[in-house]
Amino acid sequence: MAADPVKRQSPNEAHPVVQRVRMRYSKTGRMRFGSARDFQRALERAVRRAQLPIAMSGGFNPHPRISYANAVPTGTASLAEYVELGLAEPRDPQDVAAAVNAGLPDGFRVEAATVSPGGSLADRLEASRWRIEYPGAGAPAIATAVAALLDRAPVTVTRMTKSGPREVPVTDSWLAHSCEPGALVVIVRSTVPTVRPEDIVAAVGLAGVGPATREAQGPFRDGAVGDPFDG
Amino acid sequence: MHPADDGTTSLYPRLEPLLGRVGKPIQYVGGEVNSVAKDWTSVPVHWALVYPDAYEVGAPNQGVQILYEVLNERADCLAERAYAVWPDLEAELREAGLPSFSVDSHRSLADFDLIGVSLATELGYTNLLTLLDLAGIPLRSSHRTDDHPLVIAGGHSAFNPEPMAPFLDAVVLGDGEEAVGRVTELTGAWRLAGCPGGRVGLLESLARTGTVYVPAFYTVTYRPDGAIDTIRPDRAGVPWRVAKHTLMDLDEWPYPKAPVVPVAETIHERMSVEIFRGCTRGCRFCQAGMITRPVRERSGAAVAEMIDCGIRRTGFNEVGMLSLSSADHSEIGDLARGLADRYADSRTSLSLPSTRVDAFNVELADELSRNGRRSGLTFAPEGGSERVRRVINKTVTEEDLIRTVTAAYASGWRHVKLYFMCGLPTETDADVLQIGRLAREVIRAGREVSGRQDIRCTVSIGGFVPKPHTPFQWAPQLSAAETDRRLLLLRDDIRSDRKYGRAIGFRYHDGQPGIVEGLLARGDRRVADVIEAVWSGGGRFDGWSEHFSFDRWQTAAEQVFADQPVSLDWYTTRERDRDEVLPWQHLDAGLDTEWLWQDWQDALAEDEVGDCRWTPCSACGVCDVMDTAIQVGPSGRVWLPTP
Repeated sequence: MAADPVKRQSPNEAHPVVQRVRMRYSKTGRMRFGSARDFQRALERAVRRAQLPIAMSGGFNPHPRISYANAVPTGTASLAEYVELGLAEPRDPQDVAAAVNAGLPDGFRVEAATVSPGGSLADRLEASRWRIEYPGAGAPAIATAVAALLDRAPVTVTRMTKSGPREVPVTDSWLAHSCEPGALVVIVRSTVPTVRPEDIVAAVGLAGVGPATREAQGPFRDGAVGDPFDG
Repeated sequence: MHPADDGTTSLYPRLEPLLGRVGKPIQYVGGEVNSVAKDWTSVPVHWALVYPDAYEVGAPNQGVQILYEVLNERADCLAERAYAVWPDLEAELREAGLPSFSVDSHRSLADFDLIGVSLATELGYTNLLTLLDLAGIPLRSSHRTDDHPLVIAGGHSAFNPEPMAPFLDAVVLGDGEEAVGRVTELTGAWRLAGCPGGRVGLLESLARTGTVYVPAFYTVTYRPDGAIDTIRPDRAGVPWRVAKHTLMDLDEWPYPKAPVVPVAETIHERMSVEIFRGCTRGCRFCQAGMITRPVRERSGAAVAEMIDCGIRRTGFNEVGMLSLSSADHSEIGDLARGLADRYADSRTSLSLPSTRVDAFNVELADELSRNGRRSGLTFAPEGGSERVRRVINKTVTEEDLIRTVTAAYASGWRHVKLYFMCGLPTETDADVLQIGRLAREVIRAGREVSGRQDIRCTVSIGGFVPKPHTPFQWAPQLSAAETDRRLLLLRDDIRSDRKYGRAIGFRYHDGQPGIVEGLLARGDRRVADVIEAVWSGGGRFDGWSEHFSFDRWQTAAEQVFADQPVSLDWYTTRERDRDEVLPWQHLDAGLDTEWLWQDWQDALAEDEVGDCRWTPCSACGVCDVMDTAIQVGPSGRVWLPTP
């Protein structure tokens, strides 16, 4: 009955990546309640439904070559999330975007796609622009609260995480802001730990806060967040 | 924009602020790929399909997925899904004055005409009460008016719906695919005719056509000793016994064709294709095998096509081939080989979730995991000793088992999981301790054949709960305390072994939830008051150990039964005699009571019964009574569609 001990060679070879497609996607409507992992599963399934030539890693448990960067917190909407697909065959990035969109639930949508010129996508995401709604608050009231916060700099807030309380330096990452009727628009540098809208809200301390949206991510140039796909 | 988001009927705008404050809000938002939200006003009949447990458990449920598609394909109705809400959202909904809702277009459950409830397990019963109460639907059927939906249950536990009878308007027994169509037609016709007779008129038309069982149309009387005296219909035209529905051609019903793809994480992250329904192996503990007879295979061609379509329409990378004993499909060898060839490059993994102990299963598993990881392989001997396995009619010799696991370790599997039950009829400590000996033997043989020390074996074991419509429906259930004592005895036996103990994992479920399951499984209408008392006292999510409270059930049972000749023990640990009227005797699964009783006697005598697919018919009664027949292949059809 004794058989020879078996050593199986995995027949799954890793696919070489011949093209990297960078995509900007939005997370809005009811899908803002999806977590980063929820989006990852939805994207991987959309890629499979579209039969895109996604490159796979090798081994007994192959996985698609997809890199994610700086996920927005669950429950917060975003117009500017980024992901990079490693393809085993070249494809027109616009076709990739359309094919992926056909398989995503409403609320997740690829907004733009481009072929990667190389380098790290995450490194280009230097800063985020957040819009935080304060329904009913006038621009001057918001401006006053922000001015008071910046006067007190440096300000850190304590955020509860799974591993306990964590200090987040809010004003150190603060790059720029503008105040509108009913909204505060803030640009913060992407740091570790990342400053989240909830941290900004806690630091500003203004009552009557509404939803927040990430409007842009990219290089910080001339006081504004640029497009990470440029250049 | 979502069609229902017109601001007038969808509750979503009012729910949205609440969702930011609760755990895993994504489970409540709907909008998944392949979900449907038909125009409300376009159809006369509106179904809510309710799975009374969390979305993560309910969303992958095959029954709901099938009926959701079958109903939404019809021109005369729509169907939306609803799941239990966790206590955090329940509190928010009550605070905000909002009802329970469908996830598809976020309508109140009270807006629907028909609430189809899947009673897949007994431990979801309290969650159904929460959903009804949140929607403002009276818990008791007798308190509902023409303005309230009909609450119609189905699923395996609905084969004894008596403990839930006062809360249900109607019950469908057996396969739902055709039955929901008839309910829809009768409801539509009743509506068109101006709702003659009101709510009762509709229920009468549903009951008289044999489509459903209406508990309120039956009167149950009791004897002084607590047992049931009679169960009889209280009006003309209603059958004495209500028969189950049996779908006879699975190839004609290839559902689900496009399963909903959850965005939230669920317990089964895969697509499931049912390869056959029913099982005649005759395992005496297995309610599913008894109530779903006869065996009806889906042809290999139809299975392959469903897998192909399903993968293209969902993007799932794992496919489970479901049935009660998947290796028994007459074309499984060709199917496994063909599918493994076909999906060799696309990184789709295939699995046979329910397999029995024999070497053929290892070959199949090897084939299906040709390119993939060979981590764990599961077998279910169920009983610890050969003697107990004869009692339960799960004929596996120790030699079979060792040969099977040896084959598994030899072909590169590293981890074998073995499923057992504790508290099977006639079981003694010696039978239970055989499990430990078996596990050690598995490791010893596995180390020898694989030449490695790091192979593992996990023993998973839980208490046996006797179920209606099985030969063990008369059996005493083992008490929670005795179940726990035997489980700890086994645990200590396994852990104390120096040579093999560390290679053996031991997972067990303690006995108390099993007693509540037993109460709800074999209870009668008097148990309904216990369920309602538990629910009123805060009972929710009884299938979840962090929410389950045995005390709550025990206390409620003591209070409700204080002046009655029955008790929690009476319903669970008491053996029934041959003449006792069982609460489900008017519900016909096709099984001949004499056959069941004889099978119970054969069990006690350790006599086995054969499978009617390969040995002569043992006259269980199903095919005669239900006018059905075994449908097995090989179908002879060229089964792989052109890629």
